[in-house]
Amino acid sequence: MTDQNHGDELLSEDFEEAPRPSDEGMPGVRMTFFRQARGFVGPLLTTVVAFFVGGLVVLVTGHNPLKVYKAIFEGTGLNWFFQIGSHSARIPFATTHMWFPWDTSSIAAQNLQQTLLLTAPIILTGLGVAFAFRCGLFNIGGEGQYLVGSYFAIWLGTSFVHMNPFFHVTLTIVIATLAGAAYAGIAGILKATVGAHEVISTIMLNWIAIWVGSYLFGAGGPLQNKLQPDIPISGDVADGAKLPVFWGLKLLQGLSIGIFIAIAMLVVYWIIINRTTLGFAVRAVGFNPEAARASGISVARNYFVAMAIAGGFAALGGAVDVLGWEFRLGPGDIQNSSIGFIGLAAALLGRNTAVGVGFASLLFGALINGTSGRQLDPSIFAPELAGNLATIIQGLVILFVGINLGGILVWWRKRRASS
Amino acid sequence: MTAVTARLGGFQWTSPRAVGAYGIGLGVLAFWLTLPPLHTRTTALPVVVGILAIACGIFALAREERRVGGGAIAAGVLGIGLALVAVQSSVPHLNQVVVWSALFSATLVYSTPLLYAAIGGLYCERSGVVNVALEGMLLTGAYFGIWADDFSHSWVVALLVAMLAGAALATIHAVWSIHFKVDQIITGTALNFLALGITGYLFIDHYGDAGTPGNIADYGIPDIHINFIKSWPFIGPIFGQLNLMIWLSFLLLVGTWVFVFRTPFGLRLRSVGEHPRAADTVGISVYKTRYIAVISSGAIAALGGAYLSTGFVHSFNQNMTAGTGFIGLAALIFGKWRPFATWFATLLFGFSSALADRLPIAYGSEWGTLFQALPYVLTLVAVAGVIGRSIGPAAAGRPYERQ
Repeated sequence: MTDQNHGDELLSEDFEEAPRPSDEGMPGVRMTFFRQARGFVGPLLTTVVAFFVGGLVVLVTGHNPLKVYKAIFEGTGLNWFFQIGSHSARIPFATTHMWFPWDTSSIAAQNLQQTLLLTAPIILTGLGVAFAFRCGLFNIGGEGQYLVGSYFAIWLGTSFVHMNPFFHVTLTIVIATLAGAAYAGIAGILKATVGAHEVISTIMLNWIAIWVGSYLFGAGGPLQNKLQPDIPISGDVADGAKLPVFWGLKLLQGLSIGIFIAIAMLVVYWIIINRTTLGFAVRAVGFNPEAARASGISVARNYFVAMAIAGGFAALGGAVDVLGWEFRLGPGDIQNSSIGFIGLAAALLGRNTAVGVGFASLLFGALINGTSGRQLDPSIFAPELAGNLATIIQGLVILFVGINLGGILVWWRKRRASS
Repeated sequence: MTAVTARLGGFQWTSPRAVGAYGIGLGVLAFWLTLPPLHTRTTALPVVVGILAIACGIFALAREERRVGGGAIAAGVLGIGLALVAVQSSVPHLNQVVVWSALFSATLVYSTPLLYAAIGGLYCERSGVVNVALEGMLLTGAYFGIWADDFSHSWVVALLVAMLAGAALATIHAVWSIHFKVDQIITGTALNFLALGITGYLFIDHYGDAGTPGNIADYGIPDIHINFIKSWPFIGPIFGQLNLMIWLSFLLLVGTWVFVFRTPFGLRLRSVGEHPRAADTVGISVYKTRYIAVISSGAIAALGGAYLSTGFVHSFNQNMTAGTGFIGLAALIFGKWRPFATWFATLLFGFSSALADRLPIAYGSEWGTLFQALPYVLTLVAVAGVIGRSIGPAAAGRPYERQ
C-alpha cells in the first residue's frame, strides 16, 4: 500500500465512521438534539461558504463585496423585519385597520412582497424535487413540470372569462397540477416499467416542455394572443382567475395568496411523508428498494406515484406564478426561466425536509429578488453582474451541499496530525 | 480492416435484420420521393412504398429483430405521414426549404458542437462517471475561447485556453465525484450553474453592453477551402468550405473509436466503467483512469464551445449554448455510448436543427420551433426502449470505493 492509498482510506473512514462513536453513550434526547443541530449546521456552513466564495469573485473583479451584499440584502426586503415602529395596517380582504409594529407600505415592505412572490414557486418546485428524492428518484425535471403547469394555467386562465372567480381559480389550479403530475408521471412510468433512468428522461422532458411552450406562445402559435399577432406572447389571464392580493397593491404586483398555498403544501408534504402509509412506502422504497419489495411494497407503483406527486407540486408552482403575478407568458419568459432549478437547489440545501425547503426557498427567493434589476442600485453593483453572481452562488451551494464540510475539516486535521 | 471485410463478406442479404434495414430505407424513400428534385405529386406512390417498408418491419419483427423491425415500421409510418404533408404543400415552397446541399452543410455546422460534447461525454461516461455538465463545459469553452481569441488574436491560443478552462471545470467534477463520492448528477447540475454564472459574470464585467468585438471573425478558427471540389455538384457546396473544427471533429471521432475499442487504454477505460472492482483487482487504477477520462472530457467538450463562439457565430452571449450540451448528451444516449452511432445521432439532431432553421422561410416560424424538440423526443423514445433500449455503462453514476 502506498501513502496515497492510506490517505484515501482515512477519507472514507472519516466520512462514514467518525461521527458514530460520539453518538454512542449519549442520552437519547441529547443525541437527537445533536443530530438535528448537525442537520442545521451543515446547510448553514454551506451557505456561508458559498456566499464567501461568491464574495471573492466580487472582490477579484474590483468591487467591494460587503457593500454589494448590503445592497442585495436591502433589495430583498428582509430588512423590513428590523424596522420596528408604531403603524396601522389594513387587515387583508377587509376595510378595517389595526395597530401593527411594522410599516406595511414602506419600500422595504414592497421589496419583501416581491421576495415572497418568488419564494412561493421555489418552495413548490423544491417540494417536487424533495418528494421524488424521498423515493430515491432524482427529479431534475422540476423546470419542465413547472412550465407545463404554467401552460395549463394560461390556457384555462385565458378561457372561461365569465366564470365565478372562486371556481375559475380552483379549476385552473387543479387541472394545472394534474397536468404536471401526468407529465412527470411519464418519467415515473418509464422508470417503473423499463427502468429508464429518471434523470435522463426528466432532462428530455424539460427541453420538450421548453420548446413546446415556445411553439404554443410564439408567433402564430395556438395560445398566442390573437389580438396582437406580431408580438409573441400569450393573452392575459382573465381578472377572475387571478389570485387575490392580500398585501400591497394589485397594480404594483402585490403579494398574492400563492405564498399561503406554498406554505400549506409544505404542511401537506410533511403530513404525506411522515404520517401516511403512502409516505412510509415512498420512504421505504427510497431507503432500499430491494428491502421494500421483499416486504411487499410495490416499488414500481411507488416510483410512478412519487414522480406524479412531485410533478404535481412543481406544476402547482407554475400555476401560482401565472395566476399570482405573471398573467401572460412568451417564449422569452419560458427560455429564461430557471425556477425549477432553483427549487432543486432549495431542496438539496433544505435536505428534503419541509422546514428545510421552506427556509432554503426563502434564501433563494431573497437572493434572486435582491439581485434583480428592479431592486438593486446600479451605482453600487450592476444588476446584470448581480444576476450572474446569484447564479454562481446557487451553483456553489449545490456544489458544497453534497460534501460534508464538517467531515472534511475533521479529515484534514487528522491527516495533518498523522503526517 | 480484416474485421470489416469479414463482416461484409458474412453479411446475409435476406436475413431478417437486413430486411428490416431495407424497410427503414424504404420508409425514408417514401418521404424523399415527394421532395425536390423528384416532386411526386400523387399520394399513391409514397403510400405504396411506405406500406412496403411497414411490411419489411413486420417481417423482421416476427423474426425476433425488435430493434430494426420497430425502426422500419416507425420509418414507414413517418414516411407516409410526412409524404402526405409534403404533397399538400406547393412545389415552390418545397423548393425554398429543401435545398439539399444547404441543408446538409447546415447539418454539419449544427452537429459539430454536439459531436464534441457527445464525445467528451463518451470518455467520461465510459469511465463510469455520469456527466450532465456538458452544457456548462461547452459554455465555458465558448466564453474562454472567444476571450483568449480577442486577447491574443490567435485561434490556436483560443483553443488551448478553452480546453484548459473546460478541463478546469471538469477537474471539479472529477474531484467531487471520484474523491468526495458526491452524487455525480448533483455535481453536474452545480457545474452547469457555476459555468452559466461565471461566464455571464465575466462577460458582463469584461465586455459590458457592447458585447464581444466585431472583428473576432478576422482571428476566428479558419475555414478550409478545398478549391477543386467547389465546382462539383452537390458535394462542392457541402464540403468545399468547411470550418477546420468540423474536419477535426471527424478526426476526433475516428480517433476515439480506435482509442476506446482498439487499444489497451480503451479497454481499461471501458472496464473501469463496467466493473471497477474487477479492473482494480487486475491492477488498473480506477481513480487515475477516471480522473484522466473526466478531465479530458471537459477539454473536448470545451472545444465544441470554442467552435461555436470563435468558429461559427463569432460572438458570445450569456447562455449562448442554450441546451446544445444537453442535445449532445441526448445524442450520446441515443447512440448508446458508441462513437459512430453517436455521430449518426448528432447528424440526425443537427439535421432537425437545420430544418428548424429553414422551415420558417416558407411556412412560418411556429413549425420550426417544434422541430427543436425533436432530438429530445427521439431520445426519450430511445431510453423508453420502444426501438431497442439504450443501456449505459454498468458502473456509471456509482462512485468507486477502494477496498
